[in-house]
Amino acid sequence: MAGALGLNSLIAPWARSAAADLRGMRPLSGNLFDLSVAHAATSIDGKKGHGVLVNGQLPAPLLRWREGDTVKLRVTNNLKMDTSIHWHGILLPFQMDGVPGVTFPGISPGETFEYEFPLQQAGTYWYHSHSGLQEQSGHYGPIVIESRDVDPDAVDREYVILLSDWTFEDPHRVFAKLKKMSDNYNFQQRTVSEFLRDSERDGFSAAVEDRLMWGAMRMNAADIADVTGATYTYLINGHGPGDNWTGLFKTGERIRLRFINASAMSIFNVRIPGLPMTVIHSDGLPVQPVETDEFQIGVAETFDVLVSPEDQAYTLMAESNDRSGFARATLAPRAGMVADVPTLRPRPTLTMKDMAMDHGAHGGHGSMDHASMNHGNSSQHSMTDEFMVHADMDHSDRDHASMDRTAINQESTNHAAMNHGAMKHDSMNHAEETYGPLESQRRTFTRGPGVVGIAANPVNRLHERPLGLEQEDHRVLVYTDLRARERNPDVRRPGREIELHLTSNMERYMWSFDGLKFSEVDEPIELYRDERMRLTLVNNTMMPHPIHLHGMFFEVVTNDGNYKPRKHTIVVKPGEKMSVDITADAVGDWAFHCHLLYHMHAGMMRVVSVVDEPIPA
Amino acid sequence: MMRRLHIATALALLLAGTAQAQNAADAYYDPQAMAAARAALKKSHGNQINSLVIAERMEYIQGDDEDAFVWEAQGWVGTDLNKLWVKTEGEYVDGEGTEEAELQLLFSRAVSAFWDVQAGVRHDFEPNPSRTHLVLGAQGMAPYWFEVDTALFLSDEGNVTARLEAEYDLLLTQRLILQPRVELNLATSADEEVGIGTGFFDSVAELRLRYEFRREIAPYLGVSWGGAFNNTADLVEAEGGDATGFSVVAGLRIWF
Repeated sequence: MAGALGLNSLIAPWARSAAADLRGMRPLSGNLFDLSVAHAATSIDGKKGHGVLVNGQLPAPLLRWREGDTVKLRVTNNLKMDTSIHWHGILLPFQMDGVPGVTFPGISPGETFEYEFPLQQAGTYWYHSHSGLQEQSGHYGPIVIESRDVDPDAVDREYVILLSDWTFEDPHRVFAKLKKMSDNYNFQQRTVSEFLRDSERDGFSAAVEDRLMWGAMRMNAADIADVTGATYTYLINGHGPGDNWTGLFKTGERIRLRFINASAMSIFNVRIPGLPMTVIHSDGLPVQPVETDEFQIGVAETFDVLVSPEDQAYTLMAESNDRSGFARATLAPRAGMVADVPTLRPRPTLTMKDMAMDHGAHGGHGSMDHASMNHGNSSQHSMTDEFMVHADMDHSDRDHASMDRTAINQESTNHAAMNHGAMKHDSMNHAEETYGPLESQRRTFTRGPGVVGIAANPVNRLHERPLGLEQEDHRVLVYTDLRARERNPDVRRPGREIELHLTSNMERYMWSFDGLKFSEVDEPIELYRDERMRLTLVNNTMMPHPIHLHGMFFEVVTNDGNYKPRKHTIVVKPGEKMSVDITADAVGDWAFHCHLLYHMHAGMMRVVSVVDEPIPA
Repeated sequence: MMRRLHIATALALLLAGTAQAQNAADAYYDPQAMAAARAALKKSHGNQINSLVIAERMEYIQGDDEDAFVWEAQGWVGTDLNKLWVKTEGEYVDGEGTEEAELQLLFSRAVSAFWDVQAGVRHDFEPNPSRTHLVLGAQGMAPYWFEVDTALFLSDEGNVTARLEAEYDLLLTQRLILQPRVELNLATSADEEVGIGTGFFDSVAELRLRYEFRREIAPYLGVSWGGAFNNTADLVEAEGGDATGFSVVAGLRIWF
């Protein structure tokens, strides 16, 4: 039953893509699929490239599934190295999840591996290699699962908009270069002329003070993205800005755009000037419709939006968040029409808040009572301290029981106990979510050469606009705008809390959780079957990280009671402390990692193991 | 089939206890294949071997009375924390041949976020007679973005010398970079056979302006002032030379 469905504009809305010569995406549908992974040639903006592609296509074929079906996918490896396919966001038995070394051994050269799993959900998802750096080489594609029920979001036409980043360099070379000179792709550094501009704007002494502050910490306020437009061509549905992928529509149609960020490293800010977008799904699941003019999409996130274009062409603009480049497509009523392409906005600059050092501003949310938080002597910390250590930062006077089975590397020699009491936490995670104290494990925290800067004062930033969009005078989607359309399936209070720190040393290009790389950790993070757990993430780095848990959605702890947005990937902003609630209903081992490919490759990864036993009484 | 596999998992868990729970996939796939995949995954997620070769200076020097070619390069191979580090520098003087050539072989250990401690040996092939030293040094990034390389050397003649190099990259534009650099060498005792007196020797203050055509390839022009001071200056002047001098340099910086 495998096979390509023709581009028949008379059938379903999703099949009504652009004319063939405008390369609308060709879907494969049914419940049996044959996929072949192989080296293949491709063309990006007219330049020949080489990729690791599925069925020779960039992106890989659009897989069109139906909720309730059981799909079987025969994946043949025609490479000379192992490969794999991970079904991103799909709820399935863990042994079908496709992560070599965690859920299966991988697919050897010449081998055909058979994936088979029932589809328990509908929505927009994607798939990609979880082997080496193949994802950077084009091994990714979209998945659309049709709802079994009548689709409340019925539209006249729909398009998948798959964003990605392409490099003509060998991805292993890219990683090696980052290890040699971590800022080598940054051609938007702060220069003397930027200093002169700033001193004109803010005064000479303010500009000097600012440079000294960053210099003292050896941190780079212009470090927005590790890998940039200096090597990347940003793609929409495999098309560079020059190729200008075009989606055609008839005036008066309501169109659903299924955005997927399949990049290795690029976070995009997406807008369609002149055309408001109504966000209806996030990470595949329905949210209460919210209209916006621009949204940020982290790596691996998906957003479905509705648009009702008029009789004109529109540019779909996806700027990389460091503004070093963009992906661009056109929506038009007739082939050949184009609209103006906006110029790139200036590179944003990181602030004290991104360093979690802004003691003044806490946004307008929740009751952040500083005095009650007993930060110890954190206000006395010199900004020039090597680590901004606050080992003595005891958020609570309560003595929490140590949870040895989930503590990571207790034996580590160089750590500070971080005993964050849950009671005070909750005031950071918005008042409505106060369940009372959760049992929070005593944290140990490794501060070795891999860790620069411990967030002295991390705050919840879910209600904040992403970096660089703060001053835009149009609407910008923030995470707290997202509310689940359906009541959360599990509204139990979390039984305990695990806190995990996102840590790094940009200079050495080291990325880790709790100061430990994946290679340094033996124990998984263990959850009990069906337990309800709160995971609190503290970003000690200067970069946003799209954090992804396989196998289970998490509820983002916003102000939304039992309608929290459910996601498989969440971007944790620099200097942010935020929480997600997880129902550990999927027994097995699951990967948990930063979805920036080179961060994961550098070690920002863990295994989350849901053991098949109930939580001890 | 799925149900049968779940029963298999349950049985495996019963038999093996919770240790088995850490490797759930062993119940579905060949445990040996899984063990190999786990080891590969671990190595490729944080424990890779990386390397760098950088020739910071390969330059032609036009001095007051002689021209010379100078090189300074270093390279490392290893993990994030442990590296084998090689450094070399030397000088070839026009018409006189190689006057200085040294090679260091070091073990480098990351001890903090911005600093490596380095230990090993250094051999000076030139000048004659050659010297071999034990090396203990520290290399890294000081606050305010100063790249620093510093070391103590104990020679096989028992002489102790110290070296401090510091440089700073000032970005005039994204590719045009002005780099002030100082190098200080200090001898605690004289080793007159190789022309070193107590005090500062081979110490310079320099300024280079490079253009990074690519990050990896940057030609530059520069100026350098310095030479011998203290007792070494006396040695040089006794031979009729100038202790310090001013020179113009042109060279290439490359890394890969």
